[in-house]
Amino acid sequence: METLNYRFEQGTRRLTAGPEVVGVVGSGNLEVLIEPAALDGACSIEITTAAVGFGQIWQAVMHDFHQRWLLADTRISINDMGATPAVVSLRMDQAVETMLGGAA
Amino acid sequence: MSRPVSYQEATARERLQHLFNAGSFEEFLPPSERITSPHLPQLNAPVAFDDGVAVGRALLGGVPVYVAAQEGAFMGGAVGEVHGAKLVGLLRKAVQDKVAAVVLLVESGGVRLHEANAGLIAVSEVMRALLDARDAGVAVIVLVGGANGAFGGMGIVTRCANVVIMSEEGRLAMSGPEVIETANGVEEFDSRDRALVWRTTGGKHRYLLGDCQRIVADDVAAFRAAAQEAVAALAGGETALTLEALEAEQKLLADRLQNYGALPDPIDIWSAMQMPDAANIPMMDADSFIAAAASHRQGG
Repeated sequence: METLNYRFEQGTRRLTAGPEVVGVVGSGNLEVLIEPAALDGACSIEITTAAVGFGQIWQAVMHDFHQRWLLADTRISINDMGATPAVVSLRMDQAVETMLGGAA
Repeated sequence: MSRPVSYQEATARERLQHLFNAGSFEEFLPPSERITSPHLPQLNAPVAFDDGVAVGRALLGGVPVYVAAQEGAFMGGAVGEVHGAKLVGLLRKAVQDKVAAVVLLVESGGVRLHEANAGLIAVSEVMRALLDARDAGVAVIVLVGGANGAFGGMGIVTRCANVVIMSEEGRLAMSGPEVIETANGVEEFDSRDRALVWRTTGGKHRYLLGDCQRIVADDVAAFRAAAQEAVAALAGGETALTLEALEAEQKLLADRLQNYGALPDPIDIWSAMQMPDAANIPMMDADSFIAAAASHRQGG
């Protein structure tokens, strides 16, 4: 197992809905827990993954995610069981969209 | 009407969302509490924020019930220490709060062997809590329709319930096919023969033998209707396990062994039960199967 932490400052989009979890910790899949948190405008992401040694790819996928959504004061926690980068991106977008849908 | 939602293909949380009144599910110990397995990290294995089961309260057709849904995709729905404790806590809280019924959406291979004794104890505590709940007047309904079925300790838990509702795709047994093959050889049971596996453990066989009380199509709406009827039928009535019920069950099992013990395939059993066109049973849809089974099936 490997734990990776990322923090992106100066987001602009705040989420107001309660915590949501999407996805399942199954083979090639992951669960994403997303919740509002007072983080001085930052978005923090903690990943626990079964696939060790893919830090650079995670960094790139998380960077792209932040560019897409520019989340602020949001904590994201991920339990991963070897999901591919595309699956990770889709799940994370699903998590944000679930939050936005819940607020509407 | 919207198109049917497959119960089998839905995740645990999707089942909760579709089965109960929209937005009515209120979770106890939600994922944001992060109550995860203390054992899995020691084994370098991934955890889930809900330890593979969501528990809480919801409205079933407007009737308040307590519910639990096991997630088969996380470790086959296996019961670890935390997972089991959540089920036990739910059942005990149902007694405390005098809830009419608990609906368990079982999908599990049984004990989470990674957690060894803690998992085994957890499952036995679930059985005790379930029977305590029944004794206190809380009806327990189990739904089995997930790809992982209900096996091992959760197979036993399932049979402890007042009512078991299955789809043909759902499976219910003690030892799973691969366990039987490993222990007794491929001549005894070929776990890769999927048709044989479903004939033996699937919902239709269970319904004919009296191991489940209702069989429905693989459709969330059908499960919902059957669960609603079961809750309504048990409301205010006797829910406790009685000596008479145990004796009737013992007789059912003794007769089964006596009459069908030597038969090698479920098709032979269906023929012995005088089911018309026994070999074709796996091909029948739920409604025509129920009609054909009506005067032949055993149990209540």
